[in-house]
Amino acid sequence: MSKVRVLVGTRKGAFILSSDGKRERWRISGPHFPGWELYHLKGSPVDPDRLYASQSSGWFGQMIQRSNDGGKTWAPVDNTFVYEGEVGTHQWFDGTPHPWEFKRVWHLEPSLSDPDVVLAGVEDAAMFRTTDGGATWHELTGLRRCDSGSRWSPGAGGLGLHTIVLDPSDPGRIYIAISAAGAFRSDDAGETWRPINRGLRSQYIPDPEAEIGHCVHRIAMHPRRPGVLFMQKHWDVMRTDDAGESWREVSGNLPTDFGFVVDVHAHEPETIYVVPIKSDSEHFPLDGKLQVYRSKTGGDDWEPLTKGLPQGDCYVNVLREAMAVDSLDSCGIYFGTTGGQVYASADSGETWSAIVRDLPAVLSVEVQTLP
Amino acid sequence: MIRVVIPFHLRTLAQVDGEVKLDLQGPVTQRSILDALEARYPTLKGTIRDHGTLKRRPFLRFFACEQDLSHEPPDDPLPDAVASGAEPFMVVGAIAGG
Repeated sequence: MSKVRVLVGTRKGAFILSSDGKRERWRISGPHFPGWELYHLKGSPVDPDRLYASQSSGWFGQMIQRSNDGGKTWAPVDNTFVYEGEVGTHQWFDGTPHPWEFKRVWHLEPSLSDPDVVLAGVEDAAMFRTTDGGATWHELTGLRRCDSGSRWSPGAGGLGLHTIVLDPSDPGRIYIAISAAGAFRSDDAGETWRPINRGLRSQYIPDPEAEIGHCVHRIAMHPRRPGVLFMQKHWDVMRTDDAGESWREVSGNLPTDFGFVVDVHAHEPETIYVVPIKSDSEHFPLDGKLQVYRSKTGGDDWEPLTKGLPQGDCYVNVLREAMAVDSLDSCGIYFGTTGGQVYASADSGETWSAIVRDLPAVLSVEVQTLP
Repeated sequence: MIRVVIPFHLRTLAQVDGEVKLDLQGPVTQRSILDALEARYPTLKGTIRDHGTLKRRPFLRFFACEQDLSHEPPDDPLPDAVASGAEPFMVVGAIAGG
């Protein structure tokens, strides 16, 4: 029977939640790296026991950890994230030029074909790549040096490259999102990039339809339809059907279209999930009710999923990396909260239960479906 | 023999208990101690000093002999008591955060 492994990054360590395919009984492992912030952990699609973890601390900086046995043991690998060549500047909060400064790795995206190849999205926004399992990292400088780079400015959470989506049908095509620069696409494996933000409209920037400056929170793709992307922007849920050339809003009847996460059902490319958050001023669910919203039509028409989720006095947030799906026959949906709960649904969102309730604030959730 | 005290999380990374003891050739300075520490425990590279610039990370301090040496030039000689091993060179994390 298939198994599921849920990789959870929190403010104070990593946890690994394991279950058989029924997803009823869970084994909790951790904390791994206790006391450290784990922005993201992810496994290789071609070698599921090869895991990478971004471990960071305001005191001690950035570490990258690697496991070759599914998270039983870990070893640090290279943590040298140094911008290559002339560092240059981006725009600071006050509009002045500010040198790029490495702060942390937000996201690790292992290759779809080689467990030794991983892309790292970092703050201040740049992309690094290892081709030797983390022994060395090198910047893909084309992103930071693209035409608009000097005009990027940070969101409140920093100038973070937080989303990396690989196109399984085209090894050269990569989608990324940067707060608060927007979405970008490379068609040459990360050498060159261009913004793909046409159709986005953001009232918080001087030109709401500017080429850059949009606070994109998350992008999701179904692997069978790599030209279709779904986006949770700061406000607005969006979709594109032409690989980002143009976007349209699909917020529809959502009670609020602010939020952080978006994900796609493993077997139904038009079934998508978001967790509406009240506003950018109040980062908690509307009316204290934690609700996942599902659209089976690729957006516009949404239904609340509440069974098993707290429907009163709930004031947690669900951060951008904190939702994932498994690929079992009955698709499992998972998300973590800043209150330390990890909720799971083994029936595509119809019913939910908490796997754990009292972890540190959850920063990221990834799921591996294992044979 | 130079004695070095590092914070809990760095002891975990380096897989050491208690003080680290280093044999040093030449002048005993902040830089020579940290170079030797990182050579012995490569996993500590980047955790005390930034990669590239080798500047002290902002939330760490260097103490010895009841003095804060954090702002002293990295190549200045450290007190004799550190060089002789009578007193440890301490890497201290700021008391901050939640």
